[in-house]
Amino acid sequence: MANHNTLRPDLKHALRADLKQISDQIKPGSRVLDLGCADGELLAWLQANKAVRGIGVDVDVMSIVSCVEKGLNVIQADMESGLQSFEDGSFDYVVLSLTIQAMHNIELILQEMLRVGKVGIVTFPNFGFWENRWQILIGRMPVSETIPYEWYNTPNIHFCTVHDFDRLLGKMGMKVDKQVVLHQGETVDFLPNLFGSLALVQFSQA
Amino acid sequence: MSNDSVGIVIPQKIEFNEPITLSSGAVLPRYELMVETYGELNADKSNAILICHALSGHHHIAGKHAESDKAAGWWDNMVGPGKPIDTNKFFVIGLNNLGGCHGSTGPSSTNPETGAPYGSAFPVVLVRDWVETQARLADRLGIKQFAAIIGGSLGGMQALRWSITYPERVRHALVIASAPKLTAQNIAFNDVARQAIITDPEFHGGDFYQHGVVPRRGLRLARMLGHITYLSDDGMGEKFGRMLRSGEYKYGYEVEFEIESYLRYQGDKFSTMFDANTYLLMTKALDYFDPARHYGGSLAEAMRQAQAKFLVVSFTSDWRFAPSRSREIVKALLDADRTVSYAEIESQHGHDAFLMEDAPYMAVMRAYLNNVAKEIA
Repeated sequence: MANHNTLRPDLKHALRADLKQISDQIKPGSRVLDLGCADGELLAWLQANKAVRGIGVDVDVMSIVSCVEKGLNVIQADMESGLQSFEDGSFDYVVLSLTIQAMHNIELILQEMLRVGKVGIVTFPNFGFWENRWQILIGRMPVSETIPYEWYNTPNIHFCTVHDFDRLLGKMGMKVDKQVVLHQGETVDFLPNLFGSLALVQFSQA
Repeated sequence: MSNDSVGIVIPQKIEFNEPITLSSGAVLPRYELMVETYGELNADKSNAILICHALSGHHHIAGKHAESDKAAGWWDNMVGPGKPIDTNKFFVIGLNNLGGCHGSTGPSSTNPETGAPYGSAFPVVLVRDWVETQARLADRLGIKQFAAIIGGSLGGMQALRWSITYPERVRHALVIASAPKLTAQNIAFNDVARQAIITDPEFHGGDFYQHGVVPRRGLRLARMLGHITYLSDDGMGEKFGRMLRSGEYKYGYEVEFEIESYLRYQGDKFSTMFDANTYLLMTKALDYFDPARHYGGSLAEAMRQAQAKFLVVSFTSDWRFAPSRSREIVKALLDADRTVSYAEIESQHGHDAFLMEDAPYMAVMRAYLNNVAKEIA
């Protein structure tokens, strides 16, 4: 799970499209835990623009260095075993951005997100995106903007579609509060599970 | 000497004539601390960094005392111009703790009441007593608040204690390869080391100075045991493996394996330069350290006193002060709603990794301290 951020650096904008969407959901002055925070781009932006009190978590030491350079608070940890460092209900938002598809224990991390926080925000590449479906149809494993790896070198082990993710939340007694589906940074309203390559789901206990 | 070295440094002895009452109740009427400093204290005295030493450490952190010195101070890779603890930006202080044997008042110093070395009469010293003497040293230098207090191992415990006892005097505490208190196993190792010293026939109950002898065998064993626990099995394996000095088995008890030779060399060297009573004192200070004890056993409650921002660092192969011990500190700080960052550095050097030059470790320290420098600028 070294570098679980599946977007290539050349796709970075001022604030990456999915991060921009996440930042739009977050109320100023809140407490945010950013899981798989990578270089801390989101937290740094939230801290500077929304007076958020944030903590990042990442497993990769170079991510820790980048975050420390930005003056962020960051904890090096492997989230696969849960979030033991954090007390129940200590955050307003727990963010897991483009990381869940590379994790082993998805149910545990979702549970943990809503244990330590009130609201969870997850972004993931939508496997239901038409390009992915098309590539499967012609007999290939999908490689696309949000899934930029080949089958043999991908860190991603758990792909899902927008519908799959909703179903899992329901099964776990959680509810979707908000869902945004994107393609190339733009919101997709028409047949989002087909035309969106990236999904953002905000959820809480049902 | 390379231009990232602090160069030739001259330690100085600072005298304190105000008596100090130690945690044990014992009173020292006067004492001296051996101190070394690097860099310049700025006009508002806001750029001071205190570096607390570990078990067998002392004031000589960086640079050399003479051009001819073979080795530089014990943390020379971390402290110097342009290094992570940058002496172009910070005024760095190293000292030999009270009870030490490198120039500060300790068991081998002359007891003014008897005119003979203190020996067994030297009182037990706790981490909080060291912090007290360090605070007095800061007063003497006119330093109201440290930009950072940094320590590895037992030094990290001093940084933690500082942040609890003098919250307003610590901006940042860097706690490296440390623990909030020792485990039973840690204490057990310490006691075996102490027993090696105490049962040496030349220890004389701690008053060996008058007999003109040194409990060298005991110290040597204590150090050999300690050394094993500071390294990791992998690190030792990589460096020594089962290498034989002569290439074949000799079927005896002389040195055969390279690791035996190395440990005996380290033990011998240590036994000629360290004081047996100081070793006992320092290991006891380790054993007794437990800041949660005064807060109903809650480390979080203890850390709630702190105002400092924290950087906690551990090393994966450190089994003496394992990463899980550092995570206890991090958890307590998070529970207490304090500001903390934590790095768990991949290393095979065991507990000693905090003294090694490991790129990600250096990068974390550099990044953190750059921000500290910006804050006080």
